[in-house]
Amino acid sequence: MREIEAGEIIEAIARLCHQANYELGEDVMAALEKAEQTEESPLGRAVLRELLENAQIAREGLFPLCQDCGTAVIFLEVGQDSHIVGGELHAVVEEGVRQGYTQGYLRKSMVRQPFSARVNSGDNTPPVLHTDIVPGDQIKVIVMSKGGGAENMSRLAMLKPAQGREGIIETVVTAVDEAGGMPCPPLIIGVGIGGTAEMTMLLAKKSLLRPVGQPSSDPETAELERDILERVNDLGIGPMGLGGRTTALAVHAEVMPAHIASLPLAVNFQCHSTRHRETVL
Amino acid sequence: MTMTEDILNIKSPIEPDVIDKLTAGNRVLISGVIYTARDAAHKRIIDSMDSGEELLFDPRGQTVYYAGPSPARPGQVIGSIGPTTSGRMDAYTPRLLAYGLRAMIGKGNRSEAVREALVQYKGVYLVSVGGAAALIARSIKQAEVVAYEDLGPEAIRRLTVEDFPAIVANDAFGGDVFEQGKARYRRGR
Repeated sequence: MREIEAGEIIEAIARLCHQANYELGEDVMAALEKAEQTEESPLGRAVLRELLENAQIAREGLFPLCQDCGTAVIFLEVGQDSHIVGGELHAVVEEGVRQGYTQGYLRKSMVRQPFSARVNSGDNTPPVLHTDIVPGDQIKVIVMSKGGGAENMSRLAMLKPAQGREGIIETVVTAVDEAGGMPCPPLIIGVGIGGTAEMTMLLAKKSLLRPVGQPSSDPETAELERDILERVNDLGIGPMGLGGRTTALAVHAEVMPAHIASLPLAVNFQCHSTRHRETVL
Repeated sequence: MTMTEDILNIKSPIEPDVIDKLTAGNRVLISGVIYTARDAAHKRIIDSMDSGEELLFDPRGQTVYYAGPSPARPGQVIGSIGPTTSGRMDAYTPRLLAYGLRAMIGKGNRSEAVREALVQYKGVYLVSVGGAAALIARSIKQAEVVAYEDLGPEAIRRLTVEDFPAIVANDAFGGDVFEQGKARYRRGR
């Protein structure tokens, strides 16, 4: 049994909130640079250049990449041989987010009671917390700042098994087409396939944590990702929906087994301002 | 209105004769005064109109920017401030255009009702680049809250801007950059 102090978790989450919001990942930068080279639309190229310049300004000045610093989605992979001391886990995670957002001049975007008063909580709490128990005695902490505009375009479809692979492609492409410029393309498109209704949404979200464009380790799934990406980029939506060949930078799919009656499918949209960081304690 | 390297320099508030010259797809740099208002502020403006209360912000002739900034660091004018999705304001927009609002800046496409109202009332809808929030902040020289301070990032702010970068998305003649762009770059099927 290894003891991990609550304070370490708070400090890690706060620091990861800052890093995620000020520094665009090198994988995203590389994907945007490549797109700027290949994009056919002059307006599209102008948008991509603005995004690269924005990333530089944000990194150098410690400014949030996007004013929407998102919902703080926290993933904890807790080693079963670790023991958290000095605080209750949910309160600890909340304190990390509170410190990260208030000390980092990040926008607070959470409202309590979402269907009536919608009063801002003032410190971007509560976060959305996902915990997994894993082997080992360490804790992996992942912070994702998930913007509202892209998240709003998410979709769950309980397909019929007969719809199969082509049904998956059609549903994802239609979702992207209908979203147009609203989720801030170029996108990373997270796809969950299988499981149950709630699990497939989580698979789609977790797929966004992969480095941009890293294909699935399963060859059949990787081929599906490539086919969806090609179809999506044939839509012509382009950067910010202004027309162009770069509607998505990548499609990431995660697959798990499903019930004999079911083919659950989830689409989770990630804007180009892809913000997540992780550390191991 | 002047033009450098295919980019139009325009003043805000935008005069009607300038609105007439803007075409979907034009890149512009805006200087002058614009006002932020997003979801919650729109709801309050419309509620005030419904109940006949005095408006704390008079939209007539003005340019509204759908945005809620991140907090300013000490010594900064404002934090990062890119556009939010305009479609959420579609329900309110035709009424504001009828009342006299002239221009909006946001991101993403608009409903048919908004596009028709832009033609009817001679308005324009522009987009700035979503997620280019730190870059856009550099064009903002002054910022002050003028209404609904309790809404925090959603308060109405009066911004003095210089060379604020935007693109004409829907002009006053029915032109739509989203439809035009998609038609041009779409392939197959």
